[in-house]
Amino acid sequence: MATRAEGTRSGAEAWKRNSRGRETRERAVKFFLMACAYLSIFTTFGLIIVLFEETSRFFLKVSPVEFLTSTQWAPPQGDFGVLPLVYGTLMATAIAIAVALPLGLLTAIYLSEYAPLALRRWLKPALEILAGVPTVVYGFFALTFITPFFRDSVFSGIQSFNALSAGLIMGVMIIPTVASVSEDAIYAVPLALREGAYALGATRRETATRIVVPAALSGIVAAVILGISRAVGETMIVTIAMGAQANWLGSPLEGMQAMTAYIVQVVGGETPRGSITYESIFAVGSALFLMTLALNLASYWFVRRYRETY
Amino acid sequence: MAHSSTKAKRQEGGPSGGDFKESLSTRYGLDTAFTVLVSVAAFVGILVLALLLVDVTRKGYSMVSLEFLTSFPSQVFPENGGIYPALIGSLWLLGLTGVISVPLGLGAAVYLEEYGQDTRINRMIEINISNLAGVPSVIYGLLGLGIFVELLAPVTGGGSVFTGALTLSLLILPVIIVATREALRAIPDSIREGGYALGATQWEVIWSHLLPKALPGAITGIILALSRAVGEAAPILVVGVSLYQTYVTTGPFDGYMALPTQIYDWISRPQQVFQDSAAAGIIVAMVVLLVANSFAIWLRNRYQQRS
Repeated sequence: MATRAEGTRSGAEAWKRNSRGRETRERAVKFFLMACAYLSIFTTFGLIIVLFEETSRFFLKVSPVEFLTSTQWAPPQGDFGVLPLVYGTLMATAIAIAVALPLGLLTAIYLSEYAPLALRRWLKPALEILAGVPTVVYGFFALTFITPFFRDSVFSGIQSFNALSAGLIMGVMIIPTVASVSEDAIYAVPLALREGAYALGATRRETATRIVVPAALSGIVAAVILGISRAVGETMIVTIAMGAQANWLGSPLEGMQAMTAYIVQVVGGETPRGSITYESIFAVGSALFLMTLALNLASYWFVRRYRETY
Repeated sequence: MAHSSTKAKRQEGGPSGGDFKESLSTRYGLDTAFTVLVSVAAFVGILVLALLLVDVTRKGYSMVSLEFLTSFPSQVFPENGGIYPALIGSLWLLGLTGVISVPLGLGAAVYLEEYGQDTRINRMIEINISNLAGVPSVIYGLLGLGIFVELLAPVTGGGSVFTGALTLSLLILPVIIVATREALRAIPDSIREGGYALGATQWEVIWSHLLPKALPGAITGIILALSRAVGEAAPILVVGVSLYQTYVTTGPFDGYMALPTQIYDWISRPQQVFQDSAAAGIIVAMVVLLVANSFAIWLRNRYQQRS
């Protein structure tokens, strides 16, 4: 507004001054915005440097071979074999995926192939809320509801902290992730494929399970990998409901410690910087980071594949 | 006939070949069963959520009161304890995280969507952002511990609420960027071209046309991201949230408590009264988050229906 008033008052001269100011401002703004975008690169470098620095200090004290192959995890005694923690993480993840894969996929099929429009509009946001529940809340529910429920019904020998309850609830937590990414892939399947199937006399179920799901398979695989990655990185549910005792090859009814839970356990106590325990959380963090990175890259690759097909 | 029997062999468990009529009723039967299966499966998650809400309410409602909201947690008289400092701490975290992450997230999204050419480095940034979105939150805690708590202690005050907010900002930036980019992408090019045709510079078009138009979509992503940040316990546990303090956070460089970590602290104590306090704290946190999330989703649905 001011620009126009100025322009009418003093003509071309003012316009020139103004334009130089505008150019400077343009450049400054662009520089600031670019810095915002580059921040993500710095974040990644920061992550890698922090993890690498402390992990390499850790490996001066503990051999990487012992860390990766020993099945003894007892930091106070100086036993740093990460496998029991990896086992705890994978056990909880496997249980979670056993819940989230079928339920997430069936939910996605229901949403895109079966649900009436009005219901769909209501159900999708409701599922998103499921993903927005803080994980301490899920942990509390697993510990104080699911575990006692199992103890009173089917598994009388279940321990207070156990992988089963934690894994099941984690599965519920990642249903929305699996469902929403799968649904995107299923939705992207061209209508012509469905119509072709119906024209050949296929029923609705046959169309969904034999035509649509196979056509969307790479997207569904991406969804499941993303779900696995979420479960591997999940912290509070396993910290609260699965326990803080490393347990190599324990049963799902026993307590065990996940990699993430170990990190929380250590930072909860007073651990001075420079101690081997302090460095060990970065070593465990590095292992966790590499696991989720591999999973995320795999998922990214699968998503690209289905996007390219249609 | 020969053809259909090979088919039946190849697809075990599917509709068996042979008499067409018989097969048809089986197929219809299976169809009905499958319809029931998917319909039930779709509601299992919602059912668990409902069960969770009922369970938590049953355990915690008797403790929720105005006094609970305005008192300090107490080790000596836990039944009179409250979540006041945690509530204030979480509000500080929310405010600071918003102030830090929203401009940065909007800026990065505008750059990538409006300025960024398809160069190698921009592609790298994009892949990088989608990877950062998948990094576990506890790893962001380790990043915050290494950089904000240790390295930048003179600037951030070590384990201050500012450090917590910086860490949470890095955690939710990818979410904000992705949501804003989608909102920007949905704006038709004619709006941009109209702006340029009137002599506006690129930034003027962005500031006066694109950002206002993208905001409803972006705000949904921002609210969802911020409510996720407020619900996170793991990263702030790593960067030094207080599990107990006798004062209320009054500035960005103070120590702080937070709702999810206060709840976690109560859960990890065996006495029943602390379990009840945890349930009461969860009710407070859930009410706040459900209201925020529902508002965000309502906003998006309204926006989607218009456009």
